[in-house]
Amino acid sequence: MATMVQAIRMALHYGEEHLGVTDIFGEDVGAPLGGVFTGTQGLKTAWNSPLDERGIVGAAMGLGFAGQRCVAEVQFCDYIYNTIDLLKLAGMQCWASAGQFNLPITIMTPVGSGIRGSIYHSHSFDATMTHIPGWKIVMPSNALDAYGLMLSCIVDPNPCMFLIPKALMRVRSDEAIPGEPPLTPEGDKQLREMIDAPLADRARWQPRWPELIDCRVPIGQAVTKRQGRDMTVVSYGRTLPLCVQAANQLMHEGIDAEVIDLRTLWPLDWGHLEASIRRTGRVLFVNEDTEVTNFGEHLVRRTVSSLFYELQAAPVLLAGEFLPGIGLADTLESSSVPQLESIIQHMKHLAQQKA
Amino acid sequence: MELAPKLLKQIYETMVRTRILEERLIRMYKQSDGYFWIGGPGEEAFNVPLGLLVHKGEGLDYDYLHLHYRSCGIVTAMGAEPIDAMRQMKNTALDPYSGGRNFSNHFAIKKWNIVPVTSTIETQYQTAIGTALAQKRHGGRGITIVNGGDAGTAEGDFASCLVWASRPQAELPILIIVTNNEWGISTAAATQRSSTHIADRGRAFGIKTELVQGNDVWESYNAIHNAMEYVRKERRPFLLEAKVSRLYGHSSATGCNFITEEVDCLAEFEKKIIGAGVISLDEATSFRQAVSDEFLRASQQVKQEALPTAETRYDDVFYGQKGRFW
Repeated sequence: MATMVQAIRMALHYGEEHLGVTDIFGEDVGAPLGGVFTGTQGLKTAWNSPLDERGIVGAAMGLGFAGQRCVAEVQFCDYIYNTIDLLKLAGMQCWASAGQFNLPITIMTPVGSGIRGSIYHSHSFDATMTHIPGWKIVMPSNALDAYGLMLSCIVDPNPCMFLIPKALMRVRSDEAIPGEPPLTPEGDKQLREMIDAPLADRARWQPRWPELIDCRVPIGQAVTKRQGRDMTVVSYGRTLPLCVQAANQLMHEGIDAEVIDLRTLWPLDWGHLEASIRRTGRVLFVNEDTEVTNFGEHLVRRTVSSLFYELQAAPVLLAGEFLPGIGLADTLESSSVPQLESIIQHMKHLAQQKA
Repeated sequence: MELAPKLLKQIYETMVRTRILEERLIRMYKQSDGYFWIGGPGEEAFNVPLGLLVHKGEGLDYDYLHLHYRSCGIVTAMGAEPIDAMRQMKNTALDPYSGGRNFSNHFAIKKWNIVPVTSTIETQYQTAIGTALAQKRHGGRGITIVNGGDAGTAEGDFASCLVWASRPQAELPILIIVTNNEWGISTAAATQRSSTHIADRGRAFGIKTELVQGNDVWESYNAIHNAMEYVRKERRPFLLEAKVSRLYGHSSATGCNFITEEVDCLAEFEKKIIGAGVISLDEATSFRQAVSDEFLRASQQVKQEALPTAETRYDDVFYGQKGRFW
């Protein structure tokens, strides 16, 4: 029962041992800290960079030009905004050079609310990132997908953006990563002792990695987490487990919702969504980025354009409030981004719409 | 180091070819055979020696080049076909650098480690860090070369390059070049920059530096040669600032007309090597005429070439992908 952050760490280890990862770097990524969220502890190719996000992204691009496979971290997506033009450039180098150059690089960055991160540690980045062509963009909602998506990003010949929902980083998966200790409390403890650096002196600490295997989640494939007849709920990242929870609760009220985890934002698995929406006739898109020019608005537009005459109700988007940031107080954070209650409310409302 | 007559003649002929190519590109723009010209006439005395000294090839054993859009002399000296620059100016399908997608002098040549030239000012100083990191690890004599203009050094990316190139025990084999023409489009450097020399900034990072008169072939060749040897051997950075002219202004945006007030490095060099007996005036005159005729024919050929088909606009958004993918 690895947590998401342990899963990412194990994927990076597998990547440097078997998939040609040459560099894992960023601010505080190397020893002794191994990442502010511990995602890079004990990795042999991890190193600390200057506190310079533009340098991190630029260095990653250069490593990619030189045929190296790197995973670079921007510590919080809140601090990636000053690299926008470099992200734009990274996404266009193959296209601008008529196919000559590719960048087999991955940038990972924690996103979203849920840890009381205040104004500048709670931003989302999916709306901005999906405006930049040439990138593959993933966002897992559980540890197993995080492991598999990271492996797929590492081997992809294109720039990949790995968005980590920080609220889920410490959440344990109920599905085992092949090779990890048994899914028991003892197994959890064993895994912690093997791969989590001690809080005290780490000078002599070395991780003992499980015998991991290649278990990729293909980029561009959504997955149905819960089947249902009455509506389709599409989400990713932090809000996905909430949508599943909401659907399970509403089953007792006679609402049978299908929940799809997008997993990859781009390239979009539209076929998977389309088949479900065509069947249920109702759709709710849920994410926590700000609602104006939100990626969910693209999904609504796509739904209306393609399936208008098959819809039984107007498609709905539930997203974060259009605010400059997430306020720190509990009342402010919980009212600024979707929560279980608001998801249930929107699902009920959608179910009640007359066809 | 003295330069042999044979080398001087090679430099001269390459400078002539570069200048006439740039002037042909400008003419194409003015004749509506292209939408925008930007280039580097006036930098030939520095850029041609640089191109001749590059260790050319693909992969970590060879030099990586992160160039800006005034580097025609470098790629011409490396052996690029002038007709291909015209194809990019005319945006034809045969443009090997961008497939008709980018401005003139925005080269991208994978087989020579020339990564795509970008219109964004100074981001090349960021990407240069990465190839230099890979070459530091790889060892050998391959180095990373990055160039840019003086105005762009105001961007933080230039400072980033100095920081990353000089990390303790992790210094990078990178030749950092600034060609200083004292202008940023229409803004005079003297109104924006108080430091005497850009090269001085390297000292704060413990980076070896040199200021060179980039309009002088001998001085440029020797400075570049020595700086390259230092970076190849010591695997440490070097900051080289070259004072150059900007003979046709910034770009189409400033009219791209010849500016007589600035030093013309080609005219100066021609006078000197004719005086030294390396080449005669007749030889120089006939060579220039022959190159002009050759490039005129090439431009006429390019005018007949097809533009990329609209269907190709989706190609290569992702590596190896053709056509619309979503």
